Amino acid sequence: METIRYENGYPGGPANGYGSEFPNPFLTEHIVLRNRDYPDIGQIDEYMRRGGYEVARKALTTMQPSAIIDEVKKSGLRGRGGAGFPTGVKWGFIPKDITPKYLVCNADESEPGTFNNHEVIDFNPHQMIEGMIMSGFAVGATTGYIYIRGEYAYGARNLERAIREAYDKGFLGQKLWGTDFDFDLYVHRGAGAYICGEETALLESLEGKIGQPRLKPPFPAVAGLYAKPTVVNNVETLANVPMIIERGADWFRSYGTEKSPGTKAISISGHVKRPGNFEIPLGITMRQFIYELADGIRDGHELKFLIPGGASANWLINTPEHLDLPLTWDDLAAKGTMLGSGAVVVLDDSTCVVAASMKVDEFFKHESCGKCTPCREGTHFLVKVWERIEHGKGRASDIPLLNDLGKEMLGKCFCPLGESAVSPVASALKYFADEIRQHIELGRCPLGASHPMPHVAAAEGSAYTGAAMPPAR
Amino acid sequence: MLADTYASEIAAILSRYPIKKSAVLPLCYIAQDEYGYLNIDHIQEVADILDMPYTDVYEVATFYSLIYDQPVGKWVLQVCDDNPCCFTGAEELVADLEQRLGIQAGETTPDGLFTLQRVKCIGACHRAPVMQANLEFLYDVTPDQVPGMLEDLAQKVQRGETLSVSGRFAEK
Repeated sequence: METIRYENGYPGGPANGYGSEFPNPFLTEHIVLRNRDYPDIGQIDEYMRRGGYEVARKALTTMQPSAIIDEVKKSGLRGRGGAGFPTGVKWGFIPKDITPKYLVCNADESEPGTFNNHEVIDFNPHQMIEGMIMSGFAVGATTGYIYIRGEYAYGARNLERAIREAYDKGFLGQKLWGTDFDFDLYVHRGAGAYICGEETALLESLEGKIGQPRLKPPFPAVAGLYAKPTVVNNVETLANVPMIIERGADWFRSYGTEKSPGTKAISISGHVKRPGNFEIPLGITMRQFIYELADGIRDGHELKFLIPGGASANWLINTPEHLDLPLTWDDLAAKGTMLGSGAVVVLDDSTCVVAASMKVDEFFKHESCGKCTPCREGTHFLVKVWERIEHGKGRASDIPLLNDLGKEMLGKCFCPLGESAVSPVASALKYFADEIRQHIELGRCPLGASHPMPHVAAAEGSAYTGAAMPPAR
Repeated sequence: MLADTYASEIAAILSRYPIKKSAVLPLCYIAQDEYGYLNIDHIQEVADILDMPYTDVYEVATFYSLIYDQPVGKWVLQVCDDNPCCFTGAEELVADLEQRLGIQAGETTPDGLFTLQRVKCIGACHRAPVMQANLEFLYDVTPDQVPGMLEDLAQKVQRGETLSVSGRFAEK
């Protein structure tokens, strides 16, 4: 079909709309977001002109698989999908004597605020494909699947194109670079289910079932796709592999911190002046990220709170203690929240806490797979209570009720989704209990915003200004 | 019948997987583009091609939000209303579209051209308000763009262009 292209639509050329036109004082060279340095790097010829696939050739023809795993282990690369598990260690779990093995690229990012893989998929697909070839070789997988969320139809087509280019050059298929290693790669589109980003749910979905998480153990490394050893890695993780092998673990460790080496693509959205996707060396502070890269909060407003690692993360607020936190998995975990897949959502003082919490829980309600009762029922219950308060029908007992509900959901589900729905509850009650109480007592938002939804954004400063326009016909 | 009309595409899809069942989502997408949505007969057709029990395909078709079990318009307009979109204009965009189309989110216009949906996260939060039309992205949608956009989409239908509500990559 003919795709829709408006001036502001895809693809945006050198300035791709992700924030690439802005300077990044924290990095001299992009690793994951290399398309910014070379706008045409999505084309295989340009990618090869920049040394692309040369690393894979060298690795496959001169290195032992175990040497690749060792180098990745030494680099300290941690999974960029959210959990931050060391990638080389994960690869090391794959048993040697069971065949076939599978490599799955998790391109199902779909948490509100998260769009950092989107840029790699659309503008630099060959780097992740090269990473997959090398990862497949390292663990002995001969088939790879890229599980991409159904909503990224353009991304899926783009990956298909890039894979065709790689097959045409002989970089995929049989006997790569004259070795005995065969590797086939396919794109598999999901169909709109956030839970499929959880690795075992993803595997279920890829097997043609509904995306519900599996009980672990066994872990996918032992019994994953089709019950065979499987490595599941995120897009960004795989995109890091070629550079690590090319320049070495020590070079990679020159970025970031001791426990979180390397760089991270972090997406920022909400009420900042420059929302976008930025690659940072891990360890810069939240303040530097928000105020230097994203250029701070929009004029006339102050930061109210931020969700640091996707909707599942506990919130941070406008205090030096929170803003001076280094962006690493461990530092954020120490404060009871997480870096997750790297998605910062910033909301300013015009934001109603009740509406924001309700929106997060609506997401988890919609996305609960229904397997576990606390999550299936609890997310609905939470939204019901938030809606009641939002619509001016809140009760004084709703605050302890939210608290209790949250406690009942924690630690009682197969996967973290149910627990994630508790983050906005716990955060809102921890930092903004007074505002919620006022909302209940007044029967409306104390900020004066024109609630209830869907007109919350009609408050000042909205990007959209046409709600009252007359009908077109 | 799908098995005949799309024989080569289906064969190519099946060749990617060691088991037929893995092809259920790609085949649901083909069926959806052919029939507009999946009813009991369409689901049975997919099940027959894959040698799957009918109930297994039904379960999948009703689990995933991009597989529709009710007829939808030629264009499915999806507006993300999550944090952070809802605080940067998405709620107003939904209200605007509802007004212009004369329907509520979740409904289809009587002429069958447009279905309007609120959706959860389409992964482009930095360019809110953002929406998709048959899974093609539209970024930074401002009020002045909306009438022209709806007109463009309507004209594509009038010209008889082939549309894919499933955004199927095979169709290019």
